[in-house]
Amino acid sequence: MPQPENRPEILQGAYTLSGIVALGPALPATDLDLSAITALDTAGAWAILTHAQAHKITVTGASPSQTLLLAAVKAALPAAPVPARRAIHQHAADWVTGRLEQVGRAGVATVRDVTAVLGFLGQIVASVGKTALHPSRLRMTSVVFHMQECGLNAVAIVALMAFLIGIVVAYQGAAQLRQFGAEVFVVDLIAISVMRELGILLTAIIVAGRSASAFTAVIGAMKMREEVDALRTLGLDPIEVLVVPRVLGLLLMLPALGVIADLGGLFGGGLMAWYALGISPGMFLTRLLSTDVTHFVVGLAKAPFFAVIIAVIGCFQGLAVAGNTESLGRLTSRAVVQSIFLVILADAIFSILFALAGV
Amino acid sequence: MEPVIQVRGLVNRFGKTLVQNGLDIDLFRGEVLGVVGASGTGKSVLLRSIVGLQTPTAGHITVLGADVLKDDLTRTRARWGVMFQDGALFSALTVRENVEAPMRVQFNLPSPLRRALADLKLAMVGLKPDAGDLYPSALSGGMRKRAGLARALALDPEILLLDEPTAGLDPIAASEFDTLITLLRHALNLSVFLVTHDLDTLNATCDRIAVLAAGKVQVTGTLTQMQAVTDPWVHSYFHGPRAHAALKG
Repeated sequence: MPQPENRPEILQGAYTLSGIVALGPALPATDLDLSAITALDTAGAWAILTHAQAHKITVTGASPSQTLLLAAVKAALPAAPVPARRAIHQHAADWVTGRLEQVGRAGVATVRDVTAVLGFLGQIVASVGKTALHPSRLRMTSVVFHMQECGLNAVAIVALMAFLIGIVVAYQGAAQLRQFGAEVFVVDLIAISVMRELGILLTAIIVAGRSASAFTAVIGAMKMREEVDALRTLGLDPIEVLVVPRVLGLLLMLPALGVIADLGGLFGGGLMAWYALGISPGMFLTRLLSTDVTHFVVGLAKAPFFAVIIAVIGCFQGLAVAGNTESLGRLTSRAVVQSIFLVILADAIFSILFALAGV
Repeated sequence: MEPVIQVRGLVNRFGKTLVQNGLDIDLFRGEVLGVVGASGTGKSVLLRSIVGLQTPTAGHITVLGADVLKDDLTRTRARWGVMFQDGALFSALTVRENVEAPMRVQFNLPSPLRRALADLKLAMVGLKPDAGDLYPSALSGGMRKRAGLARALALDPEILLLDEPTAGLDPIAASEFDTLITLLRHALNLSVFLVTHDLDTLNATCDRIAVLAAGKVQVTGTLTQMQAVTDPWVHSYFHGPRAHAALKG
């Protein structure tokens, strides 16, 4: 028996979110009667209404609360379907320009970053200068706190790391030098490599991992919670309050950690030389004292520069945090990578400079 | 009437502070219950206990027939929506992705459909279509609250729990929010648990009001009944200058 044209299809069952995937194509292109459905939620109402709009059909039989729901959903429907976004790179040429653009943007961003960090360094120097003129403005408690955080609390890990490095250098050196019967030179090898390069470089890398990340995370969290803005409105300079104490604390503690690393490395190396090559502690010490003291001085001279690099990068990235938690994570990891990279770069530059100066 | 939330003998103790001491409260199907109380009377702790974020020291909590303390809440979580004080939007996701998040967790919907439903929810709470592409950090306080409400409504919950939905909004935005809650409540047949300080909101949206003090619900009743209560705190709350201004309309 043919159905009359205007007879609405009576819908059955629940029209809710859990069943909506199956709904779309199953709806018939005739008028709909909702009087028999068991449940309706916004997702179901959305499906029915978009279907009705597309096929220009009417919906009847809704209960009073369903009518309210349908009206609320209808009011919220977009006027016209939103066109899908055009694909951006359709051709190979577009792809190439796209890559080139990326390279260009990255280059410009790097230059901007470098300028910004240099500007930041200038602000810190100015702030330190002001503090030097008015020593009472220096936040001593804060400086001491950061000396403890970045210095004292890092002693154990730095000493252990240097001790192990000393062992490695002594052991590897011994294996090579024994071939020439020049075992005793292992002392020079340890002394020069640990004091001049490894001690301070590895200390700086550990401190960069520990403290640059901590600086970024703490300052970044304060930035996110508008604490930095609160400081500004109180007339306090965030650089003076947050950055200078960290820079000074690290500046004072990194050389001290460097000395500890030197001692740890020499101790580890001496122990290994004694064990593997039979060089007695007395002999080790005599030989050690005859090494040129400039190696020790050269090593330690680099410490303040490394300290400034680590503290400045850590604080700079912290103050660059904005808005969301993701930027905090990204900038914290960037602070660590940048500070380690710059420390190694600075070390390479120092090597060249010292070589040119003949030290 | 059928209670959708039933709290019996709730005790919450933090160290020496006793926040709740044998609290009983019910939320019935289809009603809007306003929960008021001075700061520190444990309104937020009560809400956190109901949704299982805070394990109480003692007591029983039943939500839609499930024991919050013992049963697996996976099914129940799809049937309630919670809006935190500042929206608590995920800052790494766009507003639209925030609204899609509950749909991802509970149902396996194809992404165009999820997107369309998220846009629908955003339009229903009165956000413009292009707001969906923004990150929460780019939103104003009022927009964040609306987005938070859209996320709470994402799965068409039966119960909506709101923590201070109008705090920090300007009067116009706050009254729009009240209208929105009333509209959605009828359209979606919601039961609403509303923690608030806002007398205008209480007046505009709530069927019943529960006053929290000294770790218990001191009185419950309609706004008119509240005004007859003699308890000093309740009396000053509903008879202060702000109350007169709010209730006159």
